[in-house]
Amino acid sequence: MFDLDKWQEILGTMSKNRLRTFLTGFSVAWGIFMLIILLGAGKGLQNGIDNQFREDAVNTIWFGAGTTSKPYKGMQPGRRINFKNDDYDFLRNSVEGIDKISARYYLWQNRVVSYKKEYGVFDLIACHPDFSYIENVTLMEGRFINKIDIKKRRKVVTMGIRAKEALFKNGQEPLGEYVKINGVPFQIVGIFSDRTERDENRFYLPVSTAQMITNGGTNIHNLTITSNLNAEESEQLEKDLRTKMAERHRFDAEDKNAMWMWNTIKEYKKFSNMFLGIQIFVSVIGIFTIIAGVVGVSNIMIIVVNERTKEIGIRKAIGATPKSVVGMIIFESIIITGLAGYIGLLLGIGLLELLSGIIPKNDFFVNPEVNFTVAVLSTLILIVAGTFAGLMPALKASRIKPVVALRDE
Amino acid sequence: MIKLNKLHKSYVTGHNSLHVLKGISLEINEGELVSIMGASGSGKSTLLNVLGILDGYDSGEYHLNSMLIRDINETKAAYLRNRMIGFVFQSFNLISFKNSLENVALPLYYQGVSRRKRNMLAMEYLDKVGLKDWWSHLPSELSGGQKQRIAIARALISNPKIILADEPTGALDSVTSLEVMDMLRTINQNGITVIIVTHEHDIAARTQRSIILKDGIIENIVYHNHKYQKAVS
Repeated sequence: MFDLDKWQEILGTMSKNRLRTFLTGFSVAWGIFMLIILLGAGKGLQNGIDNQFREDAVNTIWFGAGTTSKPYKGMQPGRRINFKNDDYDFLRNSVEGIDKISARYYLWQNRVVSYKKEYGVFDLIACHPDFSYIENVTLMEGRFINKIDIKKRRKVVTMGIRAKEALFKNGQEPLGEYVKINGVPFQIVGIFSDRTERDENRFYLPVSTAQMITNGGTNIHNLTITSNLNAEESEQLEKDLRTKMAERHRFDAEDKNAMWMWNTIKEYKKFSNMFLGIQIFVSVIGIFTIIAGVVGVSNIMIIVVNERTKEIGIRKAIGATPKSVVGMIIFESIIITGLAGYIGLLLGIGLLELLSGIIPKNDFFVNPEVNFTVAVLSTLILIVAGTFAGLMPALKASRIKPVVALRDE
Repeated sequence: MIKLNKLHKSYVTGHNSLHVLKGISLEINEGELVSIMGASGSGKSTLLNVLGILDGYDSGEYHLNSMLIRDINETKAAYLRNRMIGFVFQSFNLISFKNSLENVALPLYYQGVSRRKRNMLAMEYLDKVGLKDWWSHLPSELSGGQKQRIAIARALISNPKIILADEPTGALDSVTSLEVMDMLRTINQNGITVIIVTHEHDIAARTQRSIILKDGIIENIVYHNHKYQKAVS
């Protein structure tokens, strides 16, 4: 079926009608290009959202003590609620559904950390060992703070990689070294990295040690738990926690100010819904882009055939069969849409690659890429559509009577 | 070579039917040089289109080379035009984006002749019409006379039995007209039947006989007895 001469004739016609070839090709290439960019951008947003939630454990509930705003059993509103170590022990031992749990004790002041002559202000997080799961930290060296550290109130810290870079500039090994926090030496037992860069400026230290050095007694400021529950169960757990804490600290369970709560699964659901919306939006626009491309190609093919009426008439007068006329136009349209579609595909993917290199690292738009199958499929659709778009005018052209086509105007 | 028997043709446009050919009976022998004359609207171009199988007819009979041409499909018509008939038009009808050589070679492309062979033949025919040096020129770069000579070369390359020329000199000045006419006569002398539609008397006078049409019927046939006369066998 491969007829070199036929292809030479078609390619010759194309190369001698450069503008026409270019315009047809351009509209196809542009359609594919826009489609790829669109799909890539949609994927970039999706990756960004996914990344946001992979930073921390997805199924987390944070809650902390506040001030009552409703009277309860004869007590006036405006009473401060304080959580203690007891609350941590209670939740850990007697509430079902909790997987990991950690308390936090805030260190508001004196956040200066120094090593020899280097010093800086860092985030100091006093917590329990489970906090490493909650924050999804990756240990690079040494270990995270552990139970024994808590029990013995050891002065140890696990340090973020950025904090290490800031304090250990001469390439010393930090493990086993001592940094001073508020003048108190702490031994470094581990180095970690985190998906979120700003969290790599942190120092994690045992909650008990922090309470001791700041005379905090057994106070804690908030609690964080993770669970392996689904969204509904997680909301039930949230209610349970509220009821139990209200009972322990004698406040109205309906009083949102007495205890704040933040359940990330709700946020995740919100984002998932938003993402679904984006995906539908991108798909709809994608489909319309393809339709626009098809309409554009059809239009151009109709114009091309009209413009070529005379030429077709001449060819028919000197012996072109209807089949050869249809073949000529169809093959031309396949070659142009195929080639232009491929160019559009390459340019689109090229630009996406370039963009993912250029766009500064951020949390919301990560690694725009395009599903290869989708890209190739949409290119094929456009080529097939272009062929059919060419078929109608081609059939019309093949039926042109040479007499009509040759009539002088 | 050509035999017409009571040929009728009408054009239907909307509700109006225009009866153009009203029973043409005619015989043209192989090797003749014939002109068809008539005022505009007399049906001479329509007759030429029917002869060239560019258009059909309503009733009667048309035999080309002893073959009845009636209700044949486009593919068959294309085949016959390609092998049997060479066309020369008033407006040349060269393909504007193809150079002289490619224009002349095109009928052979539709015969499936290889590129090398058809280009070789095309060059030979360009040489015959004296335009070998112009092979790479586009039609827009040629004069009217040159374009018509290219068109004649294209008509001849498929070695047809008949050349149909529709006002071949209509767009040319008188000197060039005579040159083209001489060329057509030379072709005729090589044994090819040539039929020329014209309204110019001095062109018609250079053919062997003129068929004069009026309102769709043959009004008269005039035999020209001059020095170019070649005996009709």
